[in-house]
Amino acid sequence: MTNGQLRTSSEISALRFPPVAELGTLSLALVITGGIVMVSTMYPSPTLALPVALLVVSAALLITNIVLMSRVKVFNWQTFSLVGRWALLSYAISAGMIEFAFLHNHVGGSALVVLTLMLMMFMLNVPLIIGFTAARYQTRI
Amino acid sequence: MAKGPGKPLLALTWPDIMPIMSDQILGPPTAAADVTVGEGVPRPRLQIVPVKGLPIVGVVLLGLVWSIATNSRWGLDFYHVAGGALWTGIDLFVGLVIGPILGRLSLPSRAEFAAKFMPMMVIIMPTLVIMTLASGFQLAVEIGNMAPASPNHAWLVASYVVVGVMATIALGILEPANIAVLFEMRRPHPDGAIIGRLMRRFVYTAGVTGLMQVATLVIMTRVATQ
Repeated sequence: MTNGQLRTSSEISALRFPPVAELGTLSLALVITGGIVMVSTMYPSPTLALPVALLVVSAALLITNIVLMSRVKVFNWQTFSLVGRWALLSYAISAGMIEFAFLHNHVGGSALVVLTLMLMMFMLNVPLIIGFTAARYQTRI
Repeated sequence: MAKGPGKPLLALTWPDIMPIMSDQILGPPTAAADVTVGEGVPRPRLQIVPVKGLPIVGVVLLGLVWSIATNSRWGLDFYHVAGGALWTGIDLFVGLVIGPILGRLSLPSRAEFAAKFMPMMVIIMPTLVIMTLASGFQLAVEIGNMAPASPNHAWLVASYVVVGVMATIALGILEPANIAVLFEMRRPHPDGAIIGRLMRRFVYTAGVTGLMQVATLVIMTRVATQ
C-alpha cells in the first residue's frame, strides 16, 4: 500500500470494520416489521406494544452503530458525509411522503408518534448503510 | 483528462471497465485486482445520479402528492397500477431476461451496458417504489380494504410482508452495493475485486426478489378481482 493511495481489495479486506451495514439492515428490518404490524391493525385502532418494542430495539441498534462508527480510526469520512447527506435528503423526502399519507388519513395520537419515530429510524438507517458501504471501500490510508 | 479523486464525475475507458466486469461476472476476485487506466482514449462520463432525470422525478412526486391530497381515484389508480407494473416488470425483466442475455454478451458490451444502466436504476426504482406504495396505501384506505372485515385485508397484510422483505433487501443490501460500485468505477484505478464482491449481492438476492415479485402479482390480481 502506498501512502495517500486508495487501498486495494486485499488491503480493504485486511481492515476490520464494525458490522455497521449488517446492524443497520437489522435495525431497518425491525422498523419495517413494526410498521407492517401497525398498518395491518390500523383500523379500528393499531396495536402498539409490539411495534414500540421493535422500535426500541431498532433505536438501540442505531445508537450502537453510531458508537461503533465513532471508534473507527481509518475511514473515509468525506465519502460517508457526501453519500450520507444526499441519501438523507432523498429518504427524508420518501419518509415525508409516507408521513403525509398518514396525516392525510387522520392518523393521530400515540399511533402517529410511533409511526413518525419509525419513519425517522428508516430515514436515518438507510443513508447510514449506503454511506458506510460506499465509504468503507473508498477508505484512504 | 483529469483523473484526480477530487473530480466530481469521473469516467472510465472501456478497456478500463472490461477487466472489472470480467471479474465480477466470470470469476472470483483476485488479491491484486487494481486495473490500470488507458491513456489517450476518450472516456465517457459516468454519473452516479443522472441529474437530468431529477426534474422528472420531481414532477412525478408532485403528481403523487396531488393525487393523495385530492383523493383522486384516477390519480391513485394510475400511480399504483403504473408504478407497480413498472416496478414488478422491470425487476422480473432484468432478473429473468436481461441478466441471462448479459451473461452471453462480450465483455465490452456487458461493461458498456452496466455503466449506463446502473445510474439509471438509482433514480428509477426508488421513484417507482414510492409511487406504488404511497398511492397503494391511500387507495386501500379509500376502497375500504384496510378494514379487518374486508375480504382483501388478509391479502393486503400478505402484500405488506412481501414489500417488507423486498424493501429490506433493496435498501439494506442492493442500493448500498449499487452506489459503492458506481463510486469504485469512478476511481482512476477501479478495483475489480471490490466490484465483483459487491455485485455478487445482486446474484444472491435475485431469487428472493423474483419470488417476491411473483407473489405480488398473485396477491394484487387476487385483490383486484375479489
